[in-house]
Formats: sequence, C-alpha cells, structure tokens
Amino acid sequence: MWEIKFSGFGGQGIVRCALITGKAISLYDGKFATMTQSFGPEARGGACQSQLIISETRIAYPYCTVPGVLVALSQEAYDKYEPGLGDGGILIYEEDLVKPSGDPQRVRRYALPATRFAEELGNRLFANLVTLGCFSAITGAVTAEAMKKALPGLVPDRFLKKNIQAFDKGYEHGLALRDAVPAEPATAGAAQ
Amino acid sequence: MSSCAPNDAQFRIQNPMAEFLRMERMPHIWCPGCGIGSVVTSMAEAIKNGGHDMDKIAVVSGIGCTGRVAGYVKFDSFHTTHGRAIPFATGLKLANPELKVIVFSGDGDLFSIGGNHFIHAARRNMDLLVICVNNFTYGMTGGQMTPTTPTTANASTTPYGNYEYPFSLPFLADAAGATYVARWTSLNARNITDSISEALNRKGFSFIEVITPCTTLYQRRNRLGDGIDAMQYYHDDADIQHGADTRTVDIGFQGKLKTGKFVDRQKPTYLDAVNTHYANVIGDDYQLYGKTPPEKQAEEEAKRAAAAAAEQADGLEAEYIDEPAECGGDDA
Amino acid sequence: MPARNTVAADPKGVDSGAHFMDGDHALAEGALAAGCRFFAGYPITPSTETAERFAERCPAVGGLFIQMEDEIASATALIGGAWGGQKVMTVTSGPGFSLMMETIGLAATTETPLVIADVQRGGPSTGLPTLTAQQDMMQARWGSHGDYRIIALVPDSPQECFDLAIEAFNLSEIYRVPVFIMTDETVGHMHEKVVIPEAEEIRVVERNWYQGPKGEYRPYRFTGRDVAPMVKAGDGHRFHITGLTHDERGYPALTAEQNDKVVRHLIEKIDSNAESIIRVEEDGIEGADVVVLSYGITSRIAIRAVQEARQAGLKVGVLRLITVWPFCEKKIRELAGKVKAIVVPEINYGQMVLEVERCAAGQCKVVSVNHCGGAVHDPEVILAAIQEAAK
Repeated sequence: MWEIKFSGFGGQGIVRCALITGKAISLYDGKFATMTQSFGPEARGGACQSQLIISETRIAYPYCTVPGVLVALSQEAYDKYEPGLGDGGILIYEEDLVKPSGDPQRVRRYALPATRFAEELGNRLFANLVTLGCFSAITGAVTAEAMKKALPGLVPDRFLKKNIQAFDKGYEHGLALRDAVPAEPATAGAAQ
Repeated sequence: MSSCAPNDAQFRIQNPMAEFLRMERMPHIWCPGCGIGSVVTSMAEAIKNGGHDMDKIAVVSGIGCTGRVAGYVKFDSFHTTHGRAIPFATGLKLANPELKVIVFSGDGDLFSIGGNHFIHAARRNMDLLVICVNNFTYGMTGGQMTPTTPTTANASTTPYGNYEYPFSLPFLADAAGATYVARWTSLNARNITDSISEALNRKGFSFIEVITPCTTLYQRRNRLGDGIDAMQYYHDDADIQHGADTRTVDIGFQGKLKTGKFVDRQKPTYLDAVNTHYANVIGDDYQLYGKTPPEKQAEEEAKRAAAAAAEQADGLEAEYIDEPAECGGDDA
Repeated sequence: MPARNTVAADPKGVDSGAHFMDGDHALAEGALAAGCRFFAGYPITPSTETAERFAERCPAVGGLFIQMEDEIASATALIGGAWGGQKVMTVTSGPGFSLMMETIGLAATTETPLVIADVQRGGPSTGLPTLTAQQDMMQARWGSHGDYRIIALVPDSPQECFDLAIEAFNLSEIYRVPVFIMTDETVGHMHEKVVIPEAEEIRVVERNWYQGPKGEYRPYRFTGRDVAPMVKAGDGHRFHITGLTHDERGYPALTAEQNDKVVRHLIEKIDSNAESIIRVEEDGIEGADVVVLSYGITSRIAIRAVQEARQAGLKVGVLRLITVWPFCEKKIRELAGKVKAIVVPEINYGQMVLEVERCAAGQCKVVSVNHCGGAVHDPEVILAAIQEAAK
C-alpha cells in the first residue's frame, strides 16, 4: 500500500497529478486507487493538496495516515506537509521553489527542477507532467505505460504529445535520481 | 333525495361550461361578485374558439382563491404549493413540450411568495401563459396586503392603510423579459378572451393581468361597495391604451387604470434556444427525449406487424389479383 | 407489492466501461443509466459536479438540464417534470435540501416519483460548505411537515453512487415516492474506479403507465400496499393533482377521515414493504459481542477500527446501512438480543443512533460515537468506543 500526497499552490495542477496517477493505477495497472483532494477556496490559492491511496486490495480508509511519499511544488506546501511525511519517506520537491529545511537524513529528498524543465518544453504548465514522470520513476508505484494511457481526457488533446514529452523528461531525471539515492518502497512508501 | 336533484343533474350536464369544468366539483368556493369566475369563463371561451386540443392543455395553479382554478377546470390540472405554480409549469412544459401550459394564479401567490419564479420564467422566455387575477389582496387567508395592494388601501395587515409601494405587474413583466403583456379588468370579458386567444396562439412567456374585485374583503374593507360598484369603477376609470409604455401603467388607490396590450414581441423561447443550440453542438442526431425503450419496442413491433400484414396482403393479392405487389415492407 | 418488470437500460444513457470518477459524477451517470432525462438544479457545494455532469451529457442522450433560480424551483420543476412523463432528478446540499422540504411534502402526498441527492456538508446554516458531514439524516426522514414516508439510500463509494442512483429511480417508480441519496462531501469528491456495465446488464423499472380507458383514470388508491399507475399530462386523461388532502380522483377532500386514509397509505405503502426495500451489508455479525453500525463514508472509516479491534481479539461485527429509511428495525431488534453493544459512529451529533436506541429498546448498550461535521472520525476514537463497549 502507498500513501501519497501531492502538494503545491492552486493552479499548479496538483489535483490533476493525483487524478492521472489514480486513473493509471485503477484502470491500467490493475490495482485499487482512492483519490481525495482539498476543495473550494483552498484549491484556488495557497497550499493545495491531493491524496492518493494505492493498494492491491479494496481500500476502506480513504485518506493518508502517514504519507510515504510527498510531492511538494511550493515552499508553503512543503512547510505545511513535510512534517507529516513518514520517517524514511520519499520527498520529491521543486528545487527552484522549495528550500528544504530540517534534518536531511529523516526522509529521502529528490530535487526536481520541474518548472525549468517544463519551460524548456515551451510552457510551465507542463511542470506537473514532469513531476509525475519523476514520481513514477522514483517510486515505481505506477508504470510509465499506465500513466501515458491515462493522459487522454485529463490533458487537452492538442497538448497530449507535449505532456508525454514532459513526462518522459521527468521520468529520465527520476531514474537518474533514483540510481543516485535508491528508494525502497517496501519501507519508504508503505506507512503500514 | 331532494326535489331539485333532477335540476341539479341537468345543470351539471347542460351547463355551457360543462365541457370545461369538473361539474362534479360545483358549486365552487368563490364569493358572489368575485371576478375569478369571469376570467375562467374567458379562458374556456378562448380555448373553445381557438379549436385547441383540450387534451394538450394543462392548467397549473398555486395557492389561494385563484389557486383553486386548477381544481375546477377539466384539463390536466395541478394545484401546487404556494408560489410555485411557475416552476411546476416549467417542469411540466419541459418534460412534455407538446403541452400548452397555462398558469392561473393570484397576485399574492405569483408576485409575493412566487415573485422570483415569475421574473426568471419571463427572463428565460419560458413558453407559458401566466394569467394573474389581481384583486389586490389575499382572499383565502382573509384580506391581507399583497405586493399589488395600492398605497393607502386598507388591508387586514395594514389596518391603518398601506404604506408600501406596490408592484406594477406589466412593468415588472416587461422588464423581466416577457414577450406578451396585457392588462384588463374583469369587466372586459371579451378583451380578456381575445388576449388569451392571442396568447394561446403564440409562443413564449405571455402575461395577462386581470384586475378583479374581491368583494368580501378588499371592497368591503375599503368601503368600495359590491361587485357592481367595482364594475362601475372599471367602466369609468379604465382606459384602453394599447402599446402604452409599461412605466406609466402603475395603479393608485381607486385611480385610473390603463388597460390593453402593452407588449408583443418575438424572441426564441427557452426550448427553441435549447433545441437550436444543441442541434448546433450535437448535429442532426440531437433529439430532445428521443424515444424510450418501450416506445422504440412498440414502434418496432408495429413495423414488424405492418410488414407481416403487408406480406400477407401481398400473398392474397398474388392469389386473387394477377398483379405484382409494388410496395413491400423492406424499403421502409 | 407486486414485483415489477424491469427492462434493460436505454444504451443512449449508459457510458459503459471503467472510469476513474468521483461520486458526484457517478450520481449523474447512474441517473442517466436509469433513464432520467430531466434534471432541474441549482449550484451548491459540494453537489454541483452532478449537475455539471448531467448538463454536459444531456444533449447527446436527448435529455434536458435546466438551472433553476433556486432549490425550491428545482424541486418543484421535478414534480411538474414527472407528471409531464419524465424520470427526474436534482442534487443539492444542506441549505438547498432545507429549501426543498415543502416541495418534498407535495411530492410525498401526490405520490410523485423523483430522486434527490443530498451531498451532505457541515451545518447548520451555511456551515462548512466544502467539508463533509452526515447531519441531514433526520431531516431526510422528517424534514417536511406532516406525516409521510420516503426512502433514503446512502452510498459509501463512487461506484455505489452509480449503483444506488439506479436503485433510487427504480424504487421511486415502484412505490411512487421521493427517494433520497444521502451521500456526503467525502464520497462526492472522492475519485475511485467506477465500472458502468453494458446497458443490457442494467435493469431499470419503467413507469407503471395506466392502460385503462380515458375518463376513468384514478391517480390514487389508498391500499397501503401498492400504488396506482401513472399517466402523463397530455395523454387525454384530464386528471387532477393537489397538495390538499385528496380522494382517489385527486380531488380535494378536506376531512379528518380522508386525511387519515391518505396518510396511512403514504406510511403503510413503505412500511408494509420495508423488508423488500431495506438493504444492509453485514460482516461477522454471527457470534459478535459488539456490532458497529454505520453508513456512508463513516462505514469505511469504521472498518479500520474494526480490523484493529479484531486483531486485538475482540469479536466485532459490522452492519452497514445502505438503506437508512425505512430503518432496519427488525434487524436491530434481533441483533440487540444477541450482542452486548451496538456502536454507532456518524458524522453528526447522534441522529441514526436514536433509531438504534429505539429498536434496541434496552436489550443491549447503544453507544453513540458522535462527531460533528468537517471531517471523518479518527478511527482510534471508534476503536476506543468498541473496546469500552466490549467490556
């Protein structure tokens, strides 16, 4: 079981990240996924988060208890949610927007220049797909094939190719990071 | 039973209104001199004269004296909750667009508790005919002030005279987007009939206000005499001014009454707009409500039965008439 | 109640396949699959997504969505729509549900089939617009004035939102009664896999249309067991419907005797068929010392507590209400004689627990784990209640 929290500020596509991953898991990877999100004014500005539970069996409790993975795309989100990340958990953060603080040994940190990569691809809006690529590579919680299959309907058709490119870019970066700091999902991702 | 029973039965059968009224529910509850009945008669006349299919007419009322109209007329009729005749009628019309839906209710019902629904139905140009019997008071509850009670008039909740400003209903309807607006007094029976006829033959949100006396409450409380006195007032002080600017038709206590057809303009109804818009979006496939599975099944069965009958007929023809059958069922 | 024939769903309304979908969207899909083609609604968090989905899907299925001026108008338009011949639905949340109450009484007394989903949020008043609650459970049952019965179902997942939407329509047609889907913000906004079957696998109860001659139609029969068939306006039956106490013709009949006849019928038609309406889900009830009774999202939270309690060796059963109204009285009476305690967690200050207490009638302990709106329970709190109850 994985307990994952995507966070950032409203407008970064945080909810979309969890939606794409949840769809990939439940429709194409043959596992169960339950996604919840912050809603309303909170989702439109300030720190925004969405949660995803992935399991081999039917999910009862729909929320993260102790997240094993935190994706933080803004400083505010990092500050708010990092303390809740389980010991030994995986932290993927936007390296140009987040300055990690505290004990560097508590969790495994993976720095990702998501926005910069996205801008290189033509639009910072692709940052969430860069992030998802990196997330997929590091955690192995979801297959890259499933993620790409999940994109139609969740990203605009005319940007489908670009989004796949963005995903691949992030995935590549993620593989390199993973090899440098190997993740052990058995302990890292599994809060229980 | 009593000796008048045969007369009573005859009355119920032979009454000229028997075609339009649920005669088994007569006598009605309205007071002598009340104007509601005249407006119902005008509506019946208009429907009769127009040759409308009475099965396709639905009457919806709210609550109150005028709210009882739905219960007396022999159409599909709906007596709803207070103020909600218009949204009910909206649902009815949209669910079955072939209906002609008439909302028949009073001033308190339509413009106080139901005021919001009125302006929105007018704004949407919902294809409804709204007839408001405006007697300036709540009759059923005993003569309280309504949103149309003229300033200074006495009502049971304004025992020292009304200090509020009333709505001018034609102005409100016009401003909200109604495409047909007329006002008459209940003295103008023919004009009311003509207006209802006209409204029934057009599409869109039509509004007809009929000023009527409430003899028991409004007239008496304001020492205005009985129904005849009200007719005299309408006769003397009502003035037909077709096309009058609706900003000028407000009513003061026992003041001049401007009547006539004030607004008559064309614009697509709500359903026209829905159909045009969705046809553009979806294309030729778009069909509101389409056919239900049982309808489709019945249609297919009918088609099969027709084909089988045609086949049999062909066989018979082939046997008895030496002529090839031209129309098989296959190309249908 | 005679069994009613079902037909396969109209494929036009069925978006078959697997979806990753939230509960609100699944409600709209369920309604479309059930044959609902008229939806009148008013935006309110956290229910609006259902209206949005219906509005988006309806042109292609030949349906109609209208955004009314308020919830009163929405609910009222449904009654008009039903008598105009359509299957009808609206969705709302607490404040809108409150506004609909008078109209719900009209639907109950005119025996009009319609479906209303209440995606519950924290109250009272505007309360917590974006946060979950189960505080409208008693309102669903008692909200309109006068005596009457309704049916209310509670889904615990987006899949069940889809499934129960269909069931709600079917029940509303069978019993000519308003049916409520009492979901909540969490389930409404939670995304999970929703499998929509092929149209021929979905069984839909069609309206029981009157087949008799014109002029003889009676909209009501006050048997307390079954309901009269329906007609639609425009078919030449010239029928009348009123919110007043009425006779079988639908004409006002304003006497105490008639009121008794009508009200008894409204109550009995549901109560006498309660056993065939009620659905619950049970797990480990046999031999349990403590049973946790819950519904909707809370039942999923409670599972974690139950699992922990079982690991600690306690004999804990689970009873999940899928139908909350009518309430499963018989079940609770039987259960109360066999267990030490029934633990009732719900996201309100104790609503359905009152029914449990009434039916348990002192035969066992009934423990309310109440928790007001805004969030689901902490499973530890439910666990503590189970442990305490098991002593």
